[in-house]
Amino acid sequence: MTTPLLEARGLSMQRGGVDVVKNVSLTVHENDVLALIGSNGSGKTSLMLALAHLMPANNGDVLINGETVHGKHATLAYRRRLAMVFQEPLLLDGSVASNVATGLNLRSMPRQELQERVDEALELFGITALSRRSAHSLSSGEARRVSLARAFAMRPEMIFLDEPFTALDLPLREALLLQLTKLLHSKGITAVIATHDCQEVLQLCNRMAVMNKGHLIRSGTPDDVLADPPDDFSAAFARHAKLFNA
Amino acid sequence: MELIIDGILEAVRLLLSGDSEVLAVTWLSIKISGLATLLSLMVGIGIGTTLALAEFPGKRLLVTLVNTGMGLPPVVAGLFVTIFLWRNGPFGYLELLYTPAAMVIAQGIIATPIVTGISLAAIQSLPANLRLQIMALGASRSQIIMLLVREARLPLLAAVMAGFGGVISEVGASMMVGGNIKGQTRVLTTATVMETGKGNFDTAIALSIILLFLTFLVNLMLTMIQQKRRAR
Repeated sequence: MTTPLLEARGLSMQRGGVDVVKNVSLTVHENDVLALIGSNGSGKTSLMLALAHLMPANNGDVLINGETVHGKHATLAYRRRLAMVFQEPLLLDGSVASNVATGLNLRSMPRQELQERVDEALELFGITALSRRSAHSLSSGEARRVSLARAFAMRPEMIFLDEPFTALDLPLREALLLQLTKLLHSKGITAVIATHDCQEVLQLCNRMAVMNKGHLIRSGTPDDVLADPPDDFSAAFARHAKLFNA
Repeated sequence: MELIIDGILEAVRLLLSGDSEVLAVTWLSIKISGLATLLSLMVGIGIGTTLALAEFPGKRLLVTLVNTGMGLPPVVAGLFVTIFLWRNGPFGYLELLYTPAAMVIAQGIIATPIVTGISLAAIQSLPANLRLQIMALGASRSQIIMLLVREARLPLLAAVMAGFGGVISEVGASMMVGGNIKGQTRVLTTATVMETGKGNFDTAIALSIILLFLTFLVNLMLTMIQQKRRAR
């Protein structure tokens, strides 16, 4: 049995005095694409934030390659191995190109290599023509592409995507989903995706986990989980999946 | 009415004639208030950002104190700076009382809570997840602060305007710690009070107009930067 790339052991987390993640244990192996599903407020985003060491857990451990992450330097080094795309694009003031370059600049990447990476990421997401535009003048679809390009420009080992295609129109969502599927598989990037969309799960993911009121109540392959859904939300999800497959 | 018109004419005359005393008083006002604003920016942005980002017991109390400090009466600041710098006071040995340095300190103390409060509000007005996104991009602690301050720079310009506006126009503290000594600590506000006391209303109005014009000029400059950036 290989050591998982990422592992949560008995993870619990409070936000604003409320228990949002309760004793969650899960493993993510290299090249896994794990879907986290669950109703709003079930703890998907909080779990991802704890896994990414962006918010501290109250109890439990997050292990990377079997080792816990302790201290300021180790945490920063860990964060620099991953990327996260939030529900909102959260672009910074400046041009599209400068946004895509942000993570690389923070790593003090040499200028030429940085430029190559930025150009590559812009091309991957079809936004080369926008490179000089102000990030705040973009449509929501364009801004979403920029946030994805910014994340992939860092060539992360692992990516966390929090409902990445929310509020996008159908053609754009399908185009981006196809692009993302190709990217994750061709580059062998491990991913954790919080989603409400069964097409995303079926197209992108080889594993899925169901969250309910902060608990992780089932995990496995999408076929296994959807064959025996553990709660109403996943049961509805399974019905959609059947329609989608039909 | 005649008095005001005479005052305006006197102001024009003083400005056009390049009256050396008026120029010296104006220049000293700019230097003292500029330095005090700079000092308050260095301290206030740091404290404001830390207060906005950190979670610790007693934070609300501290924020309330900062907000109270935004309305700190200049004479109170002046009184305490005077006591501290007084001959027998804790810092009396520095012999700073009745010097421009004492005025910078007093004005800095007045401006710091203003800058802190506005910086705190500016950083808190950024999207809640922006800090997490910046962390996820691999930013170190100092890089996070740098990027957040950069994102909040337009509202932070308001802090500069409010800080400078607050100190260039105050008179109580400057009078108490500076003493309005001709050629040394006389600034536009203290000179205006003195001229009014002497009944020289035309000169007092002239000095007031210069003070207003100065404040207008600084705010115009900062507003232009702010609006230009916002329009991008």
